Amino acid sequence: MRRLLSFHALLVYLFLYLPILVIVALSFNESRRGVHFTGFTLDWYRALFQDPRVLEYFLNTLTVAFVSTLVSTVLGTLLALGLVRYRFPGKGLLRYLLYVPVVVPDVVMGISLLLLFAFSRELLGFPRLSLLTVILGHITFQVAFVTLVVRSRLLLLDPALEEAARDLGARGLQTFLHVTLPLAWPGVAAGALLALTLSLDDFVVTFFTAGPGATTLPLYIYSSVKLGVSPKVHALSSLIVGLSAFFLALGYALSRRRL
Amino acid sequence: MNEAATPLQRLFRILVTVGPGALWLFLFVLLPTFLVLLASFMSRGPYGELSGPWGFHNYLRLLEAPYLKAFAQSLFLGALTTLLAALLGYPLAFYLAGHPRRDLLLLLLLLPFFTNFLIRVYAWLVLLQKEGLANAFLQAFGLGPLGLYPSFSAVLLASLYTFLPFFVLPVYASVERIDWQLLEAAYDLGARPFRAFLHAVLPQTYPGLFAGSVLVFIPAMGTFVVADLLGAGRVVLIGNLIQQQFGVSRDWAFGAALSVFLMAFVLLSLYLYARLQGERGLEDLV
Repeated sequence: MRRLLSFHALLVYLFLYLPILVIVALSFNESRRGVHFTGFTLDWYRALFQDPRVLEYFLNTLTVAFVSTLVSTVLGTLLALGLVRYRFPGKGLLRYLLYVPVVVPDVVMGISLLLLFAFSRELLGFPRLSLLTVILGHITFQVAFVTLVVRSRLLLLDPALEEAARDLGARGLQTFLHVTLPLAWPGVAAGALLALTLSLDDFVVTFFTAGPGATTLPLYIYSSVKLGVSPKVHALSSLIVGLSAFFLALGYALSRRRL
Repeated sequence: MNEAATPLQRLFRILVTVGPGALWLFLFVLLPTFLVLLASFMSRGPYGELSGPWGFHNYLRLLEAPYLKAFAQSLFLGALTTLLAALLGYPLAFYLAGHPRRDLLLLLLLLPFFTNFLIRVYAWLVLLQKEGLANAFLQAFGLGPLGLYPSFSAVLLASLYTFLPFFVLPVYASVERIDWQLLEAAYDLGARPFRAFLHAVLPQTYPGLFAGSVLVFIPAMGTFVVADLLGAGRVVLIGNLIQQQFGVSRDWAFGAALSVFLMAFVLLSLYLYARLQGERGLEDLV
């Protein structure tokens, strides 16, 4: 039984890794088309780095990711705190509203934001589709994830710790900064990391909310793929795979050290 | 005891913590949903803009054959992806839970998942295209080349590939919580392995199986990217129809009706799921 399970696991991992390994291998292939390896080359990487647009798209991707993660982490952490600590009218509706961006297909989310921006531009003359609207869209799905992650951490905390701080004379903000936030920190960090990953990974919401000059790497990959398979995209994909592996391994190493 | 917070202080704290996030969700989730609903009752103007007359005509159009076919195809793809993910993911979750280096294996499971979604779909296009590895492999055995791309099978394969981790993780979480004493008890009472598994182990993994199914089914049937790239126009799902209405066809009103329909379907499945699992179940989805 154990053997059968490990054989099955081996096949699944092969299934998961084969496509990625093929892309990486082909990014070093001299031949433009097909899978026959005709010789090793770094030309595709060179072509990628010599394309000034790629750097611009990369910077756009990073700008969107960092700004949206920062805003959504602050909003989500506060919201989680309020939801856990206080009772107020509309709380039930708010809790359900949080699940909407998590479960609704991203096409629906993308077009509803597009409609919002179109209506708002018609009525208020603002905002034009741009990097700003992409950021607003990303924050919207990130807030929900951050709030839910932080909330589950806060629910594990002992409320007596905050009471103790208050008994010792700490005021609301002091208690938050010196007791609540440090205790909730692993949840906040996990929420922020999740938000960052979601932003870097997003294609669909960006696709519907991006205006001219707001091309991100996923949008670039999509339009290149639509034009036909290109070794330059193999190279770009390999770089992204390498970077993701690096950050994931780093996170893993850090989490092991803490344990 | 420090002086208790006055009602005014409480109100202030609620406004500071909940206020900004609630306002955001109201402006960017609730309001847009309402606008989509509004637009779905409008019509396409001569320049592709939203205009009158108002009515239910967009919803009546949903009943036309090509749209029903797209809906059926979406359901079929979602169901098949979920089934295959269960076949691959369920045994894997048990293997992982019993492995001494499960942290590392989980990390390896997540690594492709942390790679951009578009790249994962693109990788299948590279593998399945005419001069791709799959055909080269088949030709080595004297088979093919087969038209693997574009096709429904290609869409299915890529969809399984991208959404598989969504299935494994919740199932793994419930396998980890299994009380194995129940299995021993079943053996003690004379159950054979299969029966013991069926009654003592399987029910304990239902929460994970349900959560995994929801997490695979909804994105698989709601996506447009996978079918767009690997179906290349031959596989049309609801997501593709929506994208077309907001792209080439510029019929936002009909696109809005399609997405109201998709959203209603998703929310209904979630409602049923929540009835089955409680709010705890919804939390498991994150």
